[in-house]
Amino acid sequence: MGEFEVHRVRFFGLVPAGVRCMAYQHNGRRLALARTDGAVEVYNFAANYYMEKVSGGRERGGQGWRLFGAGLSGDITEYDLERLRPARAVDGFGGPIWSMAANNDGTRLAIGCEDGSVKLFQVVPGGGVQFEKNLDRQKGRVLCLSWHPSGTHLAAGSIDFIRVLDVHSGRTAQRIMVNCHVPKSKKRECVVWSIAFLSSGTVISSDSFGRVQFWDWERGTLQDSHTVSSSAALSLAVSEKEDSIVVGTSAGATYQFQLLPVKAGGQEKRWVRTKPFQHHTHDVRAVVHTPTALISGGLDAQLVIRPLMEKVQKKGYDAALRKFTLPHRRLVSCARKARLLLFQFSQHLELWRLGSTNKTGKDGETLPLSRMPEHLLQLKSKGPEHIYCSCVSPCGSWIAYSTASRFHLYRVQHEGDSISVKKVPGVPKLLLPAYQLLCASDSGRLFIASDRGSVHVVQLLEPGGCKHLHTLRPPAGTREAVYLLASSADGNWLAAVSGDWEVHVYSLKHFKHHCTVPTYSCAVTALAIHPTTNNLFISYSDQQLFEFSIPEKQYTAWSRAVQNSGLHKLWLERDSPITHIAFNPKNTSQVLLHDVYMLCVLDKSLPLPDDSAVLVNQSTLKQLSEPARRRQLHAFKICKKFQVGSPLLFADLLDERCLVTVERPALDISAQLPPPVQQKKFGT
Amino acid sequence: MVAPAALRVVRCGGRAMHGARAVFSVGARFLLCASGDFVKMYSVATEELVQLLRGHSDLVTGVQLAPHNRLQLYSSSLDGTIKLWDFTDGILIKTFTVGYQLLALYALPSSEDSVFVIIPKSGERDTFQLVSVKLTKAAGQDMEAKELSVVLEGVDASPKCTAFGREGEYVASVKDVNLQVYFFKQKQLNRFSLRATNKKGGNNVFTCVACHPQEDCIATGHADGKIRLWRNFNHKKEYTFSTLHWHHDKVLDLAFSLEGTSLLSGGVESVLVQWHCGSDCKRDFLPRLGSAIEYVSISSDGTFYCTSHTDNRITIINSNLRFSKTIQGLIKARDVKTGLVVDPRTKALVLNGEPGHLQFYCLQSDKQLYSLDIVQQEYIHQAGLNQSDLVRVAFSAQGKWLATVEEREETDLELQLKLWFFDEETQSFKLNTRISMPHEDHITAMCFRDTDEMEDDSLMLVTTGRDCVFKVWVILEDTDPEAQQSLSWSCDFVGSYHSYQATNCCFSEDGSLLAVSFEETVTVWDSSTWDLKCTFCHPPGKIRFMCT
Repeated sequence: MGEFEVHRVRFFGLVPAGVRCMAYQHNGRRLALARTDGAVEVYNFAANYYMEKVSGGRERGGQGWRLFGAGLSGDITEYDLERLRPARAVDGFGGPIWSMAANNDGTRLAIGCEDGSVKLFQVVPGGGVQFEKNLDRQKGRVLCLSWHPSGTHLAAGSIDFIRVLDVHSGRTAQRIMVNCHVPKSKKRECVVWSIAFLSSGTVISSDSFGRVQFWDWERGTLQDSHTVSSSAALSLAVSEKEDSIVVGTSAGATYQFQLLPVKAGGQEKRWVRTKPFQHHTHDVRAVVHTPTALISGGLDAQLVIRPLMEKVQKKGYDAALRKFTLPHRRLVSCARKARLLLFQFSQHLELWRLGSTNKTGKDGETLPLSRMPEHLLQLKSKGPEHIYCSCVSPCGSWIAYSTASRFHLYRVQHEGDSISVKKVPGVPKLLLPAYQLLCASDSGRLFIASDRGSVHVVQLLEPGGCKHLHTLRPPAGTREAVYLLASSADGNWLAAVSGDWEVHVYSLKHFKHHCTVPTYSCAVTALAIHPTTNNLFISYSDQQLFEFSIPEKQYTAWSRAVQNSGLHKLWLERDSPITHIAFNPKNTSQVLLHDVYMLCVLDKSLPLPDDSAVLVNQSTLKQLSEPARRRQLHAFKICKKFQVGSPLLFADLLDERCLVTVERPALDISAQLPPPVQQKKFGT
Repeated sequence: MVAPAALRVVRCGGRAMHGARAVFSVGARFLLCASGDFVKMYSVATEELVQLLRGHSDLVTGVQLAPHNRLQLYSSSLDGTIKLWDFTDGILIKTFTVGYQLLALYALPSSEDSVFVIIPKSGERDTFQLVSVKLTKAAGQDMEAKELSVVLEGVDASPKCTAFGREGEYVASVKDVNLQVYFFKQKQLNRFSLRATNKKGGNNVFTCVACHPQEDCIATGHADGKIRLWRNFNHKKEYTFSTLHWHHDKVLDLAFSLEGTSLLSGGVESVLVQWHCGSDCKRDFLPRLGSAIEYVSISSDGTFYCTSHTDNRITIINSNLRFSKTIQGLIKARDVKTGLVVDPRTKALVLNGEPGHLQFYCLQSDKQLYSLDIVQQEYIHQAGLNQSDLVRVAFSAQGKWLATVEEREETDLELQLKLWFFDEETQSFKLNTRISMPHEDHITAMCFRDTDEMEDDSLMLVTTGRDCVFKVWVILEDTDPEAQQSLSWSCDFVGSYHSYQATNCCFSEDGSLLAVSFEETVTVWDSSTWDLKCTFCHPPGKIRFMCT
């Protein structure tokens, strides 16, 4: 008989939205990424590419920095990165906005509109943008824009032609037709999908014929043309030194071009297509060239970070290929007592009851279900806003969710097999939006994480009411919002993490700040309070693990031992952050951790592995004899069943005998995507 | 009384012509190629052999025009000498004795009095080094060239695996998964290595290398059919390469065009591929070149390309990828199952040639006269595929009839006996009769009754098989005037002896008696009545061969 009865849940039908556009900030090493459903995500590269912030927007568009978004609604939106929501919007008055570009010093913003106009906006230092002027308008939507690094000229790509605009006079300085060199028979419109303006005066364009072309803008002549694909070349990005570009095509391939000397030591240089990469299956809609890596995002929802080996100084975390498909956030919440799962989609919530079995079996056996899992409820959010966070109470009778502007609380009544939902009236008007929701383990209180580091405590009243008890605030105050919460089982303690990575512990008895965990220079990815010892277990995005004793206000002895001996190399080089922590009620030394690819039972009573030990050794341990096994045992017991095509979204212990995992098979995601561009493969 | 001389072998031809890259003379009038111990000079216009340079006593491994006198030629050989020839007159000017086996030869315009050769490293097996040899200018026919200086260690023995870059500034050499580039001026050696295999099943082992004539660009061919174009290789870390992929199997040779605007590649697909400007999308093909391309070379004015093939053929191709001329030597078939047969009409040697073909090779001119397609099926270049092959050939006395047997062994044996009639009008053999499964098992021998009379009705063919019978085939005259041809062959008699396997057959000189051997026994049959006349037993051991 196995140690746990495992529910392997595969009915969470999450399809991550495709990547639409990206912007990279060099000095902060942060990447902003917009998805086709309008969500904006911010990745922090310094913190192992952790997805720091998510904002549910509505638009599509391009960004500058401070983060601006523009989309088919015709508005330019500035995002508030502290409160994680759109801050202000300005109408462009040019119809849908197809492209946006900020100049090098970030003082001006240019937008390209449906009606063929290019408009300049001044970035106001305090916040927002102000209309400055219209540039010369010509028919045809402006699909892409690029500033000359000096800020004097703008290149704009439309259907069939490229224009270079003089910013000062607003006149069109050059007009280049791009489909001259195409045979008459194949003549169809040529969409310039992306454009880049180099300081040398070269304009690079990528178009729907799959060509990457290099133009001399002053003479309007073609310098070089490379056909990279039989389908469209969609995106283009230039490195800061302007010696390398990356191109993404609709066949899912990305190509690097480099400016290389024709002869060693000679002056003459030429753009040469060098490395092809095929990491995507669908359109590569956005590419970014950082000094050490090529980043591409595609309609298949993957974000791929491909390091340039020759630029990476030492082997380490940055030297490996990284692929992200699923968010680094928890989208599932679990009602342990009621055995319910709440799935969060961008526009609705689903409540499921887990299946059950009355059989027992051997280790590794699949048990037959006596009752199938049941889809109980679907809650649709009103309006276009995305659901930001959600939670279900452990007893399963309360559901709460929040969008950017509204907070909703529902009372769920179970009467036999039937179920009814009632909106709770009189929800207190709180400081909104909520960034994380958490229900206390006795289902009596709801914790709402809000901005400026505050946490609201709301009492849930039978038979369906609520009352605002208190708002907890950090003593020093902060501008960043709280994004993670953890409460203790006895209801005495609450830990909250804000965007500046500070972990505050509050006493719920007295509604008072208790202590602050020593600051660590990395983002917290998950935290939990142990039910019996009240130790706070924290995982960071650089894969470090800490245990902090709340009563003693210091790190525990085990945590110090971990820091002294260091974690295993393979553990530190893992791809994805720990997204959830749970404890085994039967064995107080066991901690359950999981990321997208593995589930780990950390046993604090066992010795830590050193770098020479095999980290993933469960299958080899099984074959060893009892004494040999005892020698090989170490603290990390890792299950990697989820590696192959079935990412793990959530894992939790329902009780001491029962484990639930939520998986999302990659094949199910790709089955939901449109068919990719047909490509002939040799031998088929 | 003359004392019996020791047996002396005179090599007169048939040697492989793909031992080294062929070179064009200046003006592309002549093509020079190594052929066995000789260097042969062919006229590009007429494909005739113009000059035969003999002098080496072992295989010629490299042929290079002298960089400073384009009417002279260097050749290197396994006998350890470099010879300088005046090739238009066929005169040996100088012999430089190096003293090592020379495996490849490179002559550069930039190095005036030295050439580069690949020699085995003394004391170590299977390691080779690239050395430069100083050729002394002193007068005299035979010179010693002992001034060697090592340029690169651990190079591959094949001449394809080393190439010199633009203006001789650097040399690139590949071996296994390593590329090394040595810059002469900077005295800098850069090594790059690839992983042996990648996740997608590629095989990154290098097979050949070529250098761009004007830019810093190296093209390498790989065992999985990829071509990599390396640039920026003067930086140890920031080097970069792009990949071209069309070949499905090993790339066997690469050559840049004169200006470096296009790249030629060839492999086992027997297709010459021309890549333009290093782009993956634009390429031209010259397919159906017959057999795998070993070497590709380009004339100095760029008007002709030339490919050497594994079947001992050199194809001359116009620069617009039009097939121009072909020079065919003796084809070394994988397995000469037919044995050596002489065609009575042309006195040519007849044996297996290309797969499924019969080659007629003229000993006097060391040239293939023609190749007869017997199997008449498309040959597919793929390892492990069972394809029909020619196993037996017999000519009638005047060479008027030709009998061939082809077989293909899959699960069952497929046999075909074909009879060919020599057509005087077209001066070639024409298929007359096709008999499928003439025997139930392998045919062991076949002979015509050799009669001097020209009448067709006395002609007969005997085949013996492992199915324990021999069969006699005769010509039948079709009386039907509608029939396309009046003559055809059919079986006349089937004989056997105690269910022994029939192994050999032979007619007496006058054709009256037929001897057929059955394992250990020879039986003699009357050829008019097919009575068994007598038997001779020859124990112990099976009869291997029989003749009158």
